Amino acid sequence: MNSDSLVSINDLTKEEILELVDKTRMFEENPNRKLLEGKVIATLFFEPSTRTRLSFETAVNRLGGRVIGFSDAATTSSSKGESLKDTIMMVSNYADLIIMRHHLEGAARYASEFSPVPIINAGDGANQHPSQTMLDLYSIKKTQGTLENLTISMVGDLKYGRTVHSLLMAMYYFHPVFNFISSDELKMPLEYKVFCDEHNIEYHEYTDFSQEVIDKTDILYMTRVQRERFTDLMEYERVKNLYQLRNSMLDSSKPNLKVLHPLPRVNEIAYDVDDNPKAYYFQQAQNGLYAREAIICKVLGIDVK
Amino acid sequence: MYKLKKEELAVAALENGTVIDHIPTQSLFKVVNLLGIKNLKNSVTIGFNLDSSKCGKKGIIKVADVFFPEETLNRIAIIAPNAVINIIHDYEVVEKHAVTLPDDIIGIVKCNNPKCITNNEPMKTHFHVVDRNNMVLKCHYCERPVTEDEIVLK
Ligand SMILES: [Zn+2]
Repeated sequence: MNSDSLVSINDLTKEEILELVDKTRMFEENPNRKLLEGKVIATLFFEPSTRTRLSFETAVNRLGGRVIGFSDAATTSSSKGESLKDTIMMVSNYADLIIMRHHLEGAARYASEFSPVPIINAGDGANQHPSQTMLDLYSIKKTQGTLENLTISMVGDLKYGRTVHSLLMAMYYFHPVFNFISSDELKMPLEYKVFCDEHNIEYHEYTDFSQEVIDKTDILYMTRVQRERFTDLMEYERVKNLYQLRNSMLDSSKPNLKVLHPLPRVNEIAYDVDDNPKAYYFQQAQNGLYAREAIICKVLGIDVK
Repeated sequence: MYKLKKEELAVAALENGTVIDHIPTQSLFKVVNLLGIKNLKNSVTIGFNLDSSKCGKKGIIKVADVFFPEETLNRIAIIAPNAVINIIHDYEVVEKHAVTLPDDIIGIVKCNNPKCITNNEPMKTHFHVVDRNNMVLKCHYCERPVTEDEIVLK
């Protein structure tokens, strides 16, 4: 077992999160640092995700490391029935670090138990994606100046959206107030509301995406409502427009409000929002690069100064 | 130390061995499987639908000359949390205690999530007990909760 791995955001203490946020800032100031000279990093994408893979591979390249790996399991021996364990053991002979994405939930946790080199989880099914959460936290810190005492409104698919679940769990260190805005079909699951209750986190649930809630919000976290989540397509057509953000809805919002979205979007943010200075989702995605540089250095025990 | 009560003698007296008592009827055969009883060479008496002063109908298992490790016995708590273990020497109960639910349950419970790695790789399952009173487990790998009525043994 490799204790340096990063599998879930819940593995990090408050201090570790704050330290990663701080290192992310340093990489934003200077992303090109030759800290991985002579190191080989494997990116194993058993499930394809171009966006996440490019971000990780760019991070390795900007740190001066080299990348091996695959972007689609169809091209690898795992498509011939090789077990995950055997693939990881084989690759760990070559690489100093394995960054992996897998469609099966728990795959990265399992790999971290036997891999001789650290594992970074770049997404395991609907379960965890800690680098996404770190870039969300960094984006919040950067735009609000603090992570403490913020009102965070989450909109759209709160049932299946793992990014909102992980963000919720990570924010519990920082006394947030949450607004959960979704249709009944896509409500925040009970276990996360229980988590809030147990930790005295204030939250409110709404089915209306109302001006009143927007105007109280510091961070407006939009998510994609996916068609395939609905058994009733009529219902999808109705719901997808109810939770759409349009530019005029931001007119009376707080000056510090920022709109976040894990991307890619479908139609939940109208294109007229893009030019509003409160739209932050493109910079948020860019912050992913710096957050991933910080994570890679952390798991490899490389100090950034 | 005391002699077996009449009620406990109802099935068959045991000279030496282990009696697992107060098993809910519907869990009896799961406990039989959990203990791997069908592979034993020893004599085993299984009582089904017996009257119980505590819980209506109950099951009881008496295994001659076998003293299970505590860890094995505690697994019973997953499906029969009120089961009572009696250790018998020379027809006398020398030890009597309840089963205790372990913090971690390894290799016994199946994860109900078909997309969980444990259902797709040759590996042991691993659950954390997150709520002892309501018997809620959480998969160590996919992190999904499993409630009492959803528990399926491997
Ligand atoms: Zn599982």
